Amino acid sequence: MDDVKTPSREERKSALSGLGTSRKRVEDARFTQGKGNYVDDIKLKGMLFGDFVRSPVAHARVKNIETSAALALPGVHAVLTAADLEPLGLHWMPTLAGDKQMVLADGKVLFQGQEVAFVVGDDRYAVADGVSLVEVEYEELPVVTDPFKAELKDAPILREDIADQKEGAHGARRHPNHIFTWEAGEKEETDKVLEEAEVVADEMVYYHRTHPCPLETCGCVASMDKVNGKLTVWGTFQAPHAVRTVASLISSIPEHNIRIISPDIGGGFGNKVGVYPGYVCSIVASIVTGVPIKWVEDRMDNLMATAFARDYWMHGKISATKEGKITGLWCHTTADHGAFDACADPTKFPAGFMNICTGSYDIPVAYLAVDGVYTNKAPGGVAYRCSFRVTEASYFIERMIEVLAQKLGMDSAELRSKNFIKKEQFPYTSALGWEYDSGDYHQAWEKAMKSVNYKQLREDQAKQLQLFKDGKSRKLMGIGLSHFTEIVGAGPVKNCDILGLGMFDACEIRIHPTGSAIARLGTISQGQGHATTFAQILASEIGIPASDITLEEGDTDTAPYGLGTYGSRSTPVAGAATAMAGRKIRAKAQMIAAYLLEVHDDDLEWDVDRFSVKGAPEKFKTMKEIAFASYNQAIPGVEPGLEAVSYYDPPNMTYPNGAYVVVMEIDVDTGVSDIKQVYALDDCGTRINPMIIEGQVHGGLTEALAISMGQEIAYDEQGNVMTGTLMDFFIPTAWETPNYETDYTETPSPHHPIGAKGVGESPNVGGVSAFSNAVHDAFKPFGLTQAHMPHDHWRVWKIAKDLGLHS
Amino acid sequence: MIPSAFTFYKPDNIEKAISLMSDFGDEARVIAGGHSLIPVMKQRLTDIKHLIDLSGINEIKGIEITGNQISIGAMTTQVELINNEELFKKAPIIREASLQIADPQVRNLGTIGGNVANGDPANDMPGLMQLLDATYKLSGSNGVRDVKAREFYEGAYFTVREDDEILISISFDAPSGGYAYEKQKRKIGDYATAAAGVILKVENNMCSSASIALTNLSDTPVYCNKAVDIILGKEIDNNILTQVTEACVDQSDPVADQRGPVEFKKYVAGIVIKKALTRAIERT
Ligand SMILES: Cc1cc2nc3c(=O)[nH]c(=O)nc-3n(C[C@H](O)[C@H](O)[C@H](O)COP(=O)(O)OP(=O)(O)OC[C@H]3O[C@@H](n4cnc5c(N)ncnc54)[C@H](O)[C@@H]3O)c2cc1C
Repeated sequence: MDDVKTPSREERKSALSGLGTSRKRVEDARFTQGKGNYVDDIKLKGMLFGDFVRSPVAHARVKNIETSAALALPGVHAVLTAADLEPLGLHWMPTLAGDKQMVLADGKVLFQGQEVAFVVGDDRYAVADGVSLVEVEYEELPVVTDPFKAELKDAPILREDIADQKEGAHGARRHPNHIFTWEAGEKEETDKVLEEAEVVADEMVYYHRTHPCPLETCGCVASMDKVNGKLTVWGTFQAPHAVRTVASLISSIPEHNIRIISPDIGGGFGNKVGVYPGYVCSIVASIVTGVPIKWVEDRMDNLMATAFARDYWMHGKISATKEGKITGLWCHTTADHGAFDACADPTKFPAGFMNICTGSYDIPVAYLAVDGVYTNKAPGGVAYRCSFRVTEASYFIERMIEVLAQKLGMDSAELRSKNFIKKEQFPYTSALGWEYDSGDYHQAWEKAMKSVNYKQLREDQAKQLQLFKDGKSRKLMGIGLSHFTEIVGAGPVKNCDILGLGMFDACEIRIHPTGSAIARLGTISQGQGHATTFAQILASEIGIPASDITLEEGDTDTAPYGLGTYGSRSTPVAGAATAMAGRKIRAKAQMIAAYLLEVHDDDLEWDVDRFSVKGAPEKFKTMKEIAFASYNQAIPGVEPGLEAVSYYDPPNMTYPNGAYVVVMEIDVDTGVSDIKQVYALDDCGTRINPMIIEGQVHGGLTEALAISMGQEIAYDEQGNVMTGTLMDFFIPTAWETPNYETDYTETPSPHHPIGAKGVGESPNVGGVSAFSNAVHDAFKPFGLTQAHMPHDHWRVWKIAKDLGLHS
Repeated sequence: MIPSAFTFYKPDNIEKAISLMSDFGDEARVIAGGHSLIPVMKQRLTDIKHLIDLSGINEIKGIEITGNQISIGAMTTQVELINNEELFKKAPIIREASLQIADPQVRNLGTIGGNVANGDPANDMPGLMQLLDATYKLSGSNGVRDVKAREFYEGAYFTVREDDEILISISFDAPSGGYAYEKQKRKIGDYATAAAGVILKVENNMCSSASIALTNLSDTPVYCNKAVDIILGKEIDNNILTQVTEACVDQSDPVADQRGPVEFKKYVAGIVIKKALTRAIERT
């Protein structure tokens, strides 16, 4: 044998580009060349276009809709109103949160931008002209935009359809504008601990309304083939299978006659989980006209009407001993859901996983209550790059920690360290009932503090403060800390479902005769790079190079059933299914190899890309050889072919965590903040592709920067949206985006087949608190305890003004 | 985001453009770079039946410098203003201010003519032209006339320009002395929260000439004549700078928007004015 030419084990391993490799994204070749295939690229023969007449007002009775002028316009084919949808029972639709939502205004409108009529025409131009000719008569009603005023006795009743219902989807309702009360933890015990505590910090923390604002807005092409009765819908769907099931349930078209396809998606961030009136109207219009209908919303539609995120008023109390040992946590949240409860949470969790709000800390007792209310704002409450409400929870606890540190006169880094759940406490059951899988928070924290030279930072800050006090500078320095723990990978079927659909996920693999493969999953990438990373998982599991594995998602006619991609669930759930399906392939491959090598199965061992005979490594069969054998050998007791499918029901959620530090300089006169340093240490368990992790962290940090420093959906008191374009809705450009330092520790998840936890959302979850805490920290010496986000120039200026810093 | 229907014309000389304008009256509008006009058309905030593209008219493009006289054709783009070295030598404040407008994509198409003719108080160039005491040349069916930039603006989107008049060129004398254009904005591509331009000369420790103008702090650009009166002939010290700044802020009249309330804008106006003054003095 020629030793030189035999690749070493390491060489064979690196040829696979498997786990841990910074493999370049296979998607990028087409995206960077403009060769992606997005919904708006889909053009079908005879296709018509649809668009909405939207309400200009936030609350009104719709007295009349006059469509004749629009219908008289050449090129306009139809105008749908609620009256047209009613006979089909489609003028309302169920929401994922157990509420229902108007598809088209049924007697009244409840928010500015609400869909009132759907105009169908030859092209976008004809439709836009048609939209402008539909005359709607509104009788305006009093408007409620403040969730605290929504429950006043004389508040206008928004949802007349359910005004008398005392029971909602999640228990008792105490007011016509009240949706639910959701509780977790021990109320009485917590009250008692707070009452007897040595130190209690009490604060209202508001996480303002914002919006995922993906680069590609929402849209679809619906095509009803009247010959074979099959409905095909291409759309911006983060959960194509769930959309198929919901579509079948509400339209009574049998599920096998519905095909949902998510083509390339230009970012989702939770915005594309729900079902929107545009989808329903396109489907109905296709059924009515017999031709395909395309609907794609514009940026203003998207910002105004498509699902928002956050809008949580979180009142907190946290107690501790004088030495800084936390003894209890209490939280009451007022959740502004807008006009309909259209959150996209697992059904049993109307406030998502807000009960992860004990964060990274060992808090013995806690109580949480969330009240959802209706207001005259757009519906939504989606998980904007986070697992259901985890960002809210994380922001809440990371603010409460800071406020408590202030009250104790203790450094907040030390306070965190003092209260972290210890490594040896995992698996750890939190006071609000979650079982944290693994973590080493102290290790991560110490690494972070050392990397940023925390002591030095505090000294620099003190010097800057002195310069400010001496009148030599108008700038303050802020150091923002955050240690977050997420709960992602929803989830175990025993407690996680959406409309009764268990939140498992699936992978199906076929090995081709020549040793390459195709894998199909129930998830759908919107930029995460699944085609790259899931192939890497498989490469390591089955010894076929990642570049020889095609990955396909998003077509319900070909992909196995899965609940889609959001809440950082793809790697924890579908990634696990992928590994498990790979292991089934390997088990069968072992039998084939044993037959070929004429040894017993047990005499073989797996060696990167082959099975070799124990003690005789020169005797082996590669996966390539085994694949071919599976197609051409009659092996007794073994079926031909090499395929596997795995449906994975995760035994637990995963708990990614991390330590972030942001340093900024703030000009107290202009309110302008200059971000000097952003350090992000993530522990996402096993790292599949470090380059993609870094990319995900950069992207999420930039969203966190946007949210904390300026991005919001603002309303005036009449319910007008004040931030309807990208002029006012803040999306950072390269100019506003600072440099990021990324770092990691690696604590694998003990229950995940490859130990991976998910990372796509971590930087948004951890980043928002770090940026916001930096702003607060700068003003801490002057007594600031809480200032609500976003920290844009004028609000920061206002902090300084209110603290008397403008002389 | 689809405009209503319009007919499109692309004349190749100014006479044809003017004759189209007088034929169609207020149903017609000229389009230059389109970066202010197209967004409002797409939102159907304005209904234009006839759109007259000026990009085919070469006679109103380009920068001419003779001695101290500078004349800029209305259809000269912002990027051309930035890249012209001779203009930079004569009037460096043009580059400094232009680089703070929008972003490179917008500046590649946006023109000086469109920017000053639009009448949007948020645009930077109207204030800049008032600062330079520029003259606008307008041409219409009644002939050609000159209007001072300081007399051109009447209110937000209202100017003394007649419906059938086209802005041909903008001219001014090369300024001398120190200069600065200071702008606070929320991000790249944003209009000013507050912006101020200053040009001044100090001789024998005395301010011998001065000009100050503000952007987006009223419904028109603000030429700060009162502040100029205060500083002229005075020795420059902190006290006088404070007085000048206060006089400028007094002349401002901003409105609240997503950038912040009036009180904040006036405060920031004071900051940017002071910064512009300080930097201009440093450069004398
Ligand atoms: C995202 C964005 C950010 C921006 N930020 C800034 C900023 O920070 N500062 C700033 O100053 N500008 C900003 N702008 C505006 C930009 O500079 C515009 O290009 C400019 O204001 C208008 O120039 P235009 O050539 O595009 O004019 P157009 O949009 O073509 O025309 C504007 C108006 O002027 C009229 N007009 C144009 N030329 C003439 C003429 N020769 N005679 C008579 N009337 C004429 C048109 O009829 C129209 O009413 C921004 C634009 C965008 C899209």
